[in-house]
Amino acid sequence: MTTQTLKPAAAADDQSGLPAPAAQDWPSRIFQTLREFGVRHVTYVPDAGHARLIELCHTEADMEPTVLTTEEEGIGILAGAWLGGERGVLLMQSSGVGNCINTLSLAKVCSFPLLMIVTMRGEWGEANPWQVPMGQITADNLRLAGAVVYEVTDPELAAPTVEAAARIAFNGGLTAAVLLSQRMLGTKLFKD
Amino acid sequence: MEEQNKLLRRATVARILSGRDDMLVVTGLGSPTYDCAAVGDHPLNFYLWGAMGSAVTVGLGLALAQPKRRVLVITGDGEMLMGLGALATAGAKKPDNLAVVIVDNERYGETGMQPTHTSAGVDLAGIAQSSGFRRTATVRRVSELDDAVSLLRMAKGPVLVVLKVSSARDPLVLPPWDGALLKSRFRQALLGARAT
Repeated sequence: MTTQTLKPAAAADDQSGLPAPAAQDWPSRIFQTLREFGVRHVTYVPDAGHARLIELCHTEADMEPTVLTTEEEGIGILAGAWLGGERGVLLMQSSGVGNCINTLSLAKVCSFPLLMIVTMRGEWGEANPWQVPMGQITADNLRLAGAVVYEVTDPELAAPTVEAAARIAFNGGLTAAVLLSQRMLGTKLFKD
Repeated sequence: MEEQNKLLRRATVARILSGRDDMLVVTGLGSPTYDCAAVGDHPLNFYLWGAMGSAVTVGLGLALAQPKRRVLVITGDGEMLMGLGALATAGAKKPDNLAVVIVDNERYGETGMQPTHTSAGVDLAGIAQSSGFRRTATVRRVSELDDAVSLLRMAKGPVLVVLKVSSARDPLVLPPWDGALLKSRFRQALLGARAT
């Protein structure tokens, strides 16, 4: 069993069908967790949901943030960093998971630890239909590729889930993905 | 173009790796992996047997984690073409210690020698140069090799050299392909006690 849902899908708490803004600063807590695990390499293709975490990583002098042209580059970079004795994380939007599939074989066949934090699109109240096909198959694709998948809907559980995933990834040489739901991130509504 | 490409891949790769000192080597899948194995297996060779397009990114991550060690990526034109974005990422990061060699036979050697885009003039050294690599070169003659080797071994990176090689096939020389073994022995050789 490689799927863990830390919190069942909760009913939305207002009439709009969208979650209330998170009361707490979950990106800072994830950042602290990454620091506690000695994560230095932060590879990413930006997503609005990751913006604050990316900003925090850029302000930390001994972190090495790397922007990617496509998400699978991060899998190679983190494999190389591990060969060199260092840890990292791959941040991306769910659409990027599709770009990663073949390259995930590198992590799996070599038992490289691979920690991924994925912000979801096309999953909950999505306004852009072009995001839906990939968003709906993101978790299943990751499971098929051998990842341990954690789905998070509650911002309170974001950092503890990253901690759980990081421990499994770094201790076990496994691929672990934390999917942050649009239920906690909010949904882009294409309005000024 | 091919008739101008006289370099012999095995001899050329052997020359680049000769006296490798403490260089860390990442190889791209297919013939470049066999070329490096033919020179002699080494625990500080990390051979890719798949994940096509990842050779430069693995080398980049290693170069960033080990800034005092020279990291040499040896890959082919087909493998490089699958991950051209990696040249932009490496060019943007500019690690001083990263060198890339493309063993360019203008063919997909693993699948029946079908032509790659480099046979139609796509210029991998030009792409690297435009992506921010500090030095690049395309080498077609043995007489140019000394300069290329010195560029790869000594010049401030990132640097990239395209070796235009003959499309003649060489005998298969297969290194280990147990990925977990390749990873662990590399880390053991590089990091010692820190590897565990």
